[in-house]
Amino acid sequence: MEFVSPEGLRLDGRRPMEMRQIRAEIGAVSKADGSAIFEMGNTKVIAAVYGPREVQNRSQQISSHALVRCEYSMANFSTGDRMRKPKGDRRSTEISLVIRQTMEACILTHLLPRSQIDIYVQVLQADGGTRSACINAATLALADAGIPMRDFVTSCSAGYLNSTPLLDLNYVEDSAGGPDVTLGILPKLDKVTLFQMDSKLPIDILENVMQLAIEGCKAIASYIREILLENTNQLEYRRGV
Amino acid sequence: MLHNKSFVKKTKGGKVMKQVREHYLRDDIYCGAPFCTVCDSSAARLGASPSTILIVDTNVVLNQIDLLENPAFDNVVLLSIVLEEVKNKNMSVYNRVRSICSNSTRKVFVFSNEYHRDTYVKEMSGETKNDRNDRAIRVATQWYQNHLGGDVKVLLITNDKENKRKACEEGIFAETVESYVKSLDRSDLLDLLVRPASEDVDMEEVEDLRPSKRKVIYSEHKPMSEITSGLHRGIYHQGKLRVNRHNPFEAYVGSESIGDEIIIYGRSNMNRAFDGDIVAVELLPQDQWQEASSLSIAGEEDEDVDEGVHLAPNSADHAPRTIPQQGSSEKVNAASNRPSGRIVGIIKRNWHSYCGSLDPMPMPAGSGGIAHALFVSKDRRIPKIRIQTRQLENLLDKRIIVAVDSWDRQSRYPSGHYVRTIGEIGDRDTESEVVLIENDINTRPFSSQVLACLPPLPWSVSSEDLSNPIRQDLRHLRVFSVDPPGCKDIDDALHCHTLSNGNFEVGVHIADVTNFVHPGTPLDDEASQRGTSVYLVERRIDMLPKPLTEDICSLRSDVERLAFSVIWEMTPEADIVSTRYTKSVIKSSAALSYVEAQARMDDSRLMDPITADLRNMNILAKKMRLRRIERGALTLASAEVKFQIDTETHDPLDIGMYQIREANQMVEEFMLAANVSVAEQILKTFPLCSLLRRHPTPTREMLEPFLRTATAVGLHLDVSSSKALADSLDHAVGDDPYFNKLIRILATRCMSQAVYFCSGDLSPPEYHHYGLASPLYTHFTSPIRRYADVIVHRLLAASLGISKLPSVFQDRLQLTNISDNLNYRHRNAQYAGRASVELHTLIYFRKRPTDTEARIVKIRSNGFFVFVPKYGIEGPVYLTKADKGSGEWYVDEQQQKIKKMDGSLSYSILQTVQIHMEVVEPQPNRPKLQLTLI
Ligand SMILES: [Zn+2]
Repeated sequence: MEFVSPEGLRLDGRRPMEMRQIRAEIGAVSKADGSAIFEMGNTKVIAAVYGPREVQNRSQQISSHALVRCEYSMANFSTGDRMRKPKGDRRSTEISLVIRQTMEACILTHLLPRSQIDIYVQVLQADGGTRSACINAATLALADAGIPMRDFVTSCSAGYLNSTPLLDLNYVEDSAGGPDVTLGILPKLDKVTLFQMDSKLPIDILENVMQLAIEGCKAIASYIREILLENTNQLEYRRGV
Repeated sequence: MLHNKSFVKKTKGGKVMKQVREHYLRDDIYCGAPFCTVCDSSAARLGASPSTILIVDTNVVLNQIDLLENPAFDNVVLLSIVLEEVKNKNMSVYNRVRSICSNSTRKVFVFSNEYHRDTYVKEMSGETKNDRNDRAIRVATQWYQNHLGGDVKVLLITNDKENKRKACEEGIFAETVESYVKSLDRSDLLDLLVRPASEDVDMEEVEDLRPSKRKVIYSEHKPMSEITSGLHRGIYHQGKLRVNRHNPFEAYVGSESIGDEIIIYGRSNMNRAFDGDIVAVELLPQDQWQEASSLSIAGEEDEDVDEGVHLAPNSADHAPRTIPQQGSSEKVNAASNRPSGRIVGIIKRNWHSYCGSLDPMPMPAGSGGIAHALFVSKDRRIPKIRIQTRQLENLLDKRIIVAVDSWDRQSRYPSGHYVRTIGEIGDRDTESEVVLIENDINTRPFSSQVLACLPPLPWSVSSEDLSNPIRQDLRHLRVFSVDPPGCKDIDDALHCHTLSNGNFEVGVHIADVTNFVHPGTPLDDEASQRGTSVYLVERRIDMLPKPLTEDICSLRSDVERLAFSVIWEMTPEADIVSTRYTKSVIKSSAALSYVEAQARMDDSRLMDPITADLRNMNILAKKMRLRRIERGALTLASAEVKFQIDTETHDPLDIGMYQIREANQMVEEFMLAANVSVAEQILKTFPLCSLLRRHPTPTREMLEPFLRTATAVGLHLDVSSSKALADSLDHAVGDDPYFNKLIRILATRCMSQAVYFCSGDLSPPEYHHYGLASPLYTHFTSPIRRYADVIVHRLLAASLGISKLPSVFQDRLQLTNISDNLNYRHRNAQYAGRASVELHTLIYFRKRPTDTEARIVKIRSNGFFVFVPKYGIEGPVYLTKADKGSGEWYVDEQQQKIKKMDGSLSYSILQTVQIHMEVVEPQPNRPKLQLTLI
């Protein structure tokens, strides 16, 4: 199948190096300590953060740093078939773990010993790149909750179809079965904290694809920074500072 | 700008689902006109100052692709919506349009109207998809006109009346194809036009040329819905129609649903299907399952089946298909176990353009106007095609290309249109080109992108090559090559020297083509597409550009060359002790011809080192060959002929059998051994993605005609295994010396040819190579002229850790496609080679009527087929005129004899007869070789 036309346009009209439209909103769940909605094209996820708070199950308490927990789920209405999404299946367990590990790497957990941070992410609408969107939403929600972080994590995916590296695959491109790299970086520290890939890719092409994903992450980072700044400005304004 | 498209889609499970897709509309899509002041013109493709820019609609592209391919049709804008619709309707037209778009000499621009924010149109409620797309085309046309201003006329070309009317209402210039082409005033372009068969266009001028009342000849094609449900219920069977190359009235459909081939006899049962079409077949009632009609040489209906003289086949792929016949006359129902059927519908057409000439006809009285003519394809599987032309007198003695457009129930023949002229009939260059076109062989010069991949010339081995750790310096070895005389693309060389322990070190050195042809480059893509070099009698069409073929890769004598070497240590008994593979640098000390090598070995006075090496190798080769034959390898034979060509006129001067010498066999033996060794090595490392070559065991059905012949002459052959067959062939000795060879030739032509395959697609027992009696085989030794060997070189290099495996090998599907293409190209190259020999045979005998000896190989009711060993050809000899009753003669099936009724004369199979060969011209410009009994 032709995913990139000879004119250099993808099926949805983007060029290979272009990301979908992104949009973020902070404070979508007022009950939570921090929350955010993040959209990448038609992929829409919501994240809510509770904590730092006392550890609920004392036996899990860690004396030197904070306990980070993450729960990922997909809303039943998030895909076209509207099937009941079982909780705790292998895929969501795996994604929960990926998000937890990625976020744990950037939270300054040693500053919050004997406490617990809960991150809930739910996919409201799925159209490819849910993993990345979840991480981006979680970053915003953590920042909203005022949890100390080394840097914020941003994530973006890139794939390789029709011998062309493609940024930010949507569902149709994702289900083509080609190589798909999901990358998470700490933009300021310039470090990679998450790197996942399905299927095989020659090493030199992998480098190109990875570079493209890094560019994507950086673009998301500058957008997130903007959103956070704006949010802070608004808070200042409301408090009359 | 973002826009969401939402639509409803039915899933495979039958559920209806709403799907939402993002659709981005852009402002950076440019118009492609270099004179535009607004747009970025770096990718502009249209002319600098055209008076008219054409925008074509989907049906124009689908129907008039030949017109679009003509360079006179320029300054065309193709809209992305049009391309998308074409792609959904006809992939082959889509590929042709795409190649026009990528041709840099054409002024054709693709405008992505669907993604442009001003030309995207949203589906309105109640609007069908077609209407919406037509509207999109009109909107884009309007946009172009507004965008480019009044200096340029933007013309919409559409044959859809409604669309044209709406366009005019909206103030868009619109015309039909016919009126536009007429306005160009070019009669050759008019011939390219496809006559519309639909009601969309005013038919006045076309209508009155057709007889008003015509009878229906063919039965109706069932609608697609009925076919689908019929296939579902098992009353219809789907498959690809393959027409017998030698009898166009007989075709086969390989059906998976009944697990057998369905035979289709006659044009009316074939019901307008072409070779290669995917068809739906209905089985005939069992009592109508016919006996094979191949008993007579003549055909049915009014078309004469011209069973002309052809080159003798050398494998089942070239031989006429024969259906096993049980004794014919007494058992009427005997053949009723072979299902026959009739075609009820065509699922997918395989129409393309065909090479041939017009049926000779007198010039119509009112000349200069439109004439109707019948086109006869060179490919006999294709029926005659009715065309209209305004240039009849020009075309009558020409070879032309014609494309098929339609075939309705009332006409005996399909109708089509003229595409282009190749040249005069009978002219050697024209006929050679016909051969090449018919076999889909690319003879275009290599593009500049391909040539840019070549290393700078003059090339020589550099110090980096020598210091490269993967490359062994073998320049000190006494390496030499043995090839046919005049061979310029030398891809193999050998060496052999005695080791201190009494063993031999034997090396096969193959040109290191992959050092120059890197995966993914234009050069590699081109070679992969071409698949093989093609050898015609008077010319060679290379797979790789000439500097590589004849110089850089060719292992010529006295120059340093890069090679990929297989080196064995062998005992004097030719047992392999060890094998190693390495890239190397060699310096060949002699490039010998087979004749020279043979002469050296035979001349007992010569004691020089190369001759000694040759003798040693010959001794080893003989032992290897003996062992191979003991394992059951077949010594097959074919009648290959060789021409001597006049260097000036390129006309054949002499013709004779190709002589096979010991030296040929010696080289062949080592090449076989190298191929086997390499096959083992690559399969060990890459069990799922190796490219191998297999030769399927012939089925009993394939051997049946051969066995019947053998039985008739009193031979009893055991075909239970290749070993058994090889032994019984060895024992088949008749009274004359040629008998054994003849039997081998007949056996060979019953077998199919070896094919390439990807090891992951089959299970190891299927890898078997029947002819060589080898469990594994591949092609490694001719990378200059076969792409398969290039792939195998890459696999071997990767298995040794020299280089990494290119990404295609990770994609099984792609690898399977590559091997399918290689098989296709390989087969076509052979067909072309054979057709070229046939052509030169005809040219040779044109001035030289000859009497010669021939052997009867097939008995028919009105004559027999003879094989002429000296010239390697085969053809019919008629005992009676085709139109007269064949009452004079009768056939004895059991003994394979044809006898005169009064018993005065009889001919039996394999009998030697004296024949006269002469070129006759039964119709002007249609020469053919005729064989008559003396
Ligand atoms: Zn413009």
